[in-house]
Amino acid sequence: MAQESGINALGQFQLTTGFGAFGKAIEFTNSNEMMLLAAVIVTSLFVVALRQRALVPGRMQGLAEISYEFVHNMVLDTIGEEGKRFFPFVFTLFAFILIGNILGLFPYFFAFTSHIAITGALALFVFALSTLVGFWYHGIGFLKFFSPPGVPGWLLPLLIPIEIVSFLSRPISLSVRLFANITAGHVMWEVFAGFMLMLVSGLGAVGVVAAIIPLGLNIALTALEFLVAFLQAYVFAILTCLYLHDAIHMH
Amino acid sequence: MGDEPAQGPDDRSDFDQRLAAARSRAGLDKPAGKSAEQDKGPNPFSVATRLGAEMVASLVVAVAIGYGLDRLFHSAPWFMIGFVPIGAAAGLRNVFRAMGPGDKD
Repeated sequence: MAQESGINALGQFQLTTGFGAFGKAIEFTNSNEMMLLAAVIVTSLFVVALRQRALVPGRMQGLAEISYEFVHNMVLDTIGEEGKRFFPFVFTLFAFILIGNILGLFPYFFAFTSHIAITGALALFVFALSTLVGFWYHGIGFLKFFSPPGVPGWLLPLLIPIEIVSFLSRPISLSVRLFANITAGHVMWEVFAGFMLMLVSGLGAVGVVAAIIPLGLNIALTALEFLVAFLQAYVFAILTCLYLHDAIHMH
Repeated sequence: MGDEPAQGPDDRSDFDQRLAAARSRAGLDKPAGKSAEQDKGPNPFSVATRLGAEMVASLVVAVAIGYGLDRLFHSAPWFMIGFVPIGAAAGLRNVFRAMGPGDKD
């Protein structure tokens, strides 16, 4: 049905090649293009914003300082003093995902966080890092993480598999959450926009009036998507902090 | 640049005073205290999107482990049967760890 009328809500997630013939030769996709753009935006934002170093910050410097302090407080509150050495990692992750989500909201732009290959790679990196940090801080004693304290010995054969499964589920919940939120939002946009086209082509003048309803929904959805774009970057960053906290402090 | 620190502290305390005066004039200080209080609890919307994925993810992991072990030992469906309740329990454990009492949030 959707295919017949020319509305393909998943077409927007298709990978094409960017950068013309050169991009085609090295398989540089539109997703890579957006990732590069996000990295360039984050870097240049901070280079430009912090060039002045004014005592009373201007707009750009204020933006940079607010985002710095936001992540800095998050890292300190969640991980503690030791968290300072992970601040660059968490900040890079947060800024990259946030800019990626927001870029994806613009028409004709590609939301690279809507591909599980990207979110999965980020989540696996966080998972591997937090596991390595755990072994780095506690040595082989990190395995005690899987036996909760104050539990009678006869329950351990049951609890240890539960804790291991719960630990292994972290990268999956981390990646699926981000990917599903971004994908769902974009699909809903396209579906409601498709409703408008169907109403106008099917009902004529009445359809034009009726199409105001999906238009209004899409406008409301736009506001929600901006919230989701920020929130998912925040959730990804704070869960990274929580996992690092678990690795450093064990429970 | 070199002589700025010499007159810096003077400038800065003057600036702090003027900032404090301007803030109290604009009535900014009271909302600042309130929003700091609001920051304590996590955003309910972010909590809601967290918990759904937590439960499903551990079930997925448990089914994958059960399926893999069954293929390895040709024992279908026994490992799967054993691991699905473990996965469900781990999902509840995840939710409890995120929301339950005794933790920082």
